[in-house]
Amino acid sequence: MPEGEHVHFRERRALNVAATARTPDAEPDEPPLIELRQVTKVYGRGTAEMQALRGVDLRIRQGEFVAVMGPSGSGKSTTMNILGCLDTPTAGSYWFKGVAVGGLDRDQRALLRRHYLGFVFQGFNLLSRTTALENVELPLIYRRTPAGERHRRAREALAAVGLTGWEDHTPAELSGGQQQRVAIARALVTDPAVLLADEPTGNLDSARSREIMELLTVLNRQRGITIVMITHEADMAAYAGRVVQFLDGLVERDGHPGDTR
Amino acid sequence: MLWNSLLLALREIRRNVLRSILTLLGVVIGVAAVIVMVTLGEGATLAVRQQIASLGDNLLIVRPGQHMGPGMSSDAPAFQMDDVQALRRDIPALAAVAPAATQSITAIAGNSNWSTSVIGVDDQYLRARNWTIAAGRSFTGSELRAGKAVCILGATVREELFGAQDPIGQRVRLKKIACEVIGLLEAKGQSSMGSDQDDLVLIPLRTLQRRIAGNQEVRVIYLSVAEGRSPERAQADAERLLRERRHIVAGEQDDFSVRDMREIANMLTGTTRVLTMLLGAVASVSLLVGGIGIMNIMLVSVTERTREIGVRLAIGAREGEVLMQFLVEAVVLSSLGGLLGILLALGASVSLAGLLQVPFVFNPRIVAIAFLFSAVVGVIFGFFPARRAARLDPIDALRHE
Repeated sequence: MPEGEHVHFRERRALNVAATARTPDAEPDEPPLIELRQVTKVYGRGTAEMQALRGVDLRIRQGEFVAVMGPSGSGKSTTMNILGCLDTPTAGSYWFKGVAVGGLDRDQRALLRRHYLGFVFQGFNLLSRTTALENVELPLIYRRTPAGERHRRAREALAAVGLTGWEDHTPAELSGGQQQRVAIARALVTDPAVLLADEPTGNLDSARSREIMELLTVLNRQRGITIVMITHEADMAAYAGRVVQFLDGLVERDGHPGDTR
Repeated sequence: MLWNSLLLALREIRRNVLRSILTLLGVVIGVAAVIVMVTLGEGATLAVRQQIASLGDNLLIVRPGQHMGPGMSSDAPAFQMDDVQALRRDIPALAAVAPAATQSITAIAGNSNWSTSVIGVDDQYLRARNWTIAAGRSFTGSELRAGKAVCILGATVREELFGAQDPIGQRVRLKKIACEVIGLLEAKGQSSMGSDQDDLVLIPLRTLQRRIAGNQEVRVIYLSVAEGRSPERAQADAERLLRERRHIVAGEQDDFSVRDMREIANMLTGTTRVLTMLLGAVASVSLLVGGIGIMNIMLVSVTERTREIGVRLAIGAREGEVLMQFLVEAVVLSSLGGLLGILLALGASVSLAGLLQVPFVFNPRIVAIAFLFSAVVGVIFGFFPARRAARLDPIDALRHE
């Protein structure tokens, strides 16, 4: 077993060990991949207090493609950050694969992100002055994937988003759509269980947006990657199998994209 | 883990070439300045010490009268040859006892003349003053006893009177007598006081006394303390003997002075040491300025770095891994800068030492101190802003303004 794989296993096991000690009660059959229970999030203190989430309940099963919609300030980005373990809820609990994320420490949450989650940010958040290939390699470096395999997988991920030939370009040399695709490649390269995307098409024209959405659909159908995606546009939400509508820090509606009020 | 951090750190250095170079430059300048200044200062101290050694090691200078301050001395009778004999006989710790008397005379040879010091000496003078004969010979016993008209020239006098000619066997007129040049002294150059040590003519003491000065006086006695003997003891013995011979009763002040070259040596090396410390202080300031430069560069890039750290945390880096990466980056840059600084400093010190004619003194302690200081500065300012960022929640690091 290569050294990288060994570390990989040890790190995943460390998470599961923490998990068995805190298995949720009354979940006889397979637990949902993601479960939020009465999650609240409060920003600021005193008079400046702002309640972003007021008790969100959300369950997402393995293999779902979920679009999260809602006006700005409705709490969808906050929910996404909590799902991505980038932020912690003020109250309530978050269960990931039956593991209470609230019981994990900083490092364990980092390992959860490393091994199970891929995040596509609204503003791409690529490293500047760094080639597309090196940006995509970054998660693999933290996974300690050996150099040869790392290069191969990064190239494959870039190929999967249609960026073959652009490996040596830095973000400044790429268009917005290309940068977004690099960001998706970076999130995909580790084969995550869940892909969290915050407005992946927000900065793109409709043709590019459709390309990205088709890519996500393929990833969801062929690789079985669970996708949670924030979007403002109903067109984009139409690609998802389920739409969750947020309003004022609560889930207002949860159903198929075709449903209307 | 370390290999991974090294990989990440090297990528970070490569993508921030300008920032890396500026950091490096801060360390290089700081380290190089300290090393150059201290090395040159210590070279100067050594140069002074060597010049003092060239005056004669363990040298005591005995003069009649008390030195009472600049240009002032009390009047007292000169020494006689009897005093010299007594010192030679009674104090075995003295390797050489060299009586001397000096006159300022214009020496004439052919059409040239040169005003110089003519010193009457005997055969122990060269030994006491660490002089060596460069050409020709020293005085013979019979020349000394008979007070023959022979002389040995210092390098400056030879140059002024004879130029490129060979002076051995030629004659030099000193007042009424014409002396045959029998030898030449090795050049000593400038003294640490700035006077020309080679501007002198040596003749037998008896010749000076009888044929020039017209007296029996010995104006100065140079005492050279034998190797391994205590100069303090020898000085005390000489003082006691001379007090006895000059009939000075207990409680009365000496009417002569014994000066130790080491006193002068200590004073001079003390002065240069103060200078070295001053240079070191100036250099420390440049080290500090270099450090502040590093700090500025690091603090200016904190926002960018904080966002990057947010990205790294978001894609699964642990706090410890982020910290290790930035620590390795800081250590690599600081040590590289330190090494370049040391190389630059050694090159500059060697060439400057040559230019200023001071010996090159390599002081590994200063090199180590300068290196460590710059490394610590680089690590502190490279590492601590990163640590603050790595402790944030990923989302806060990503949103950092």
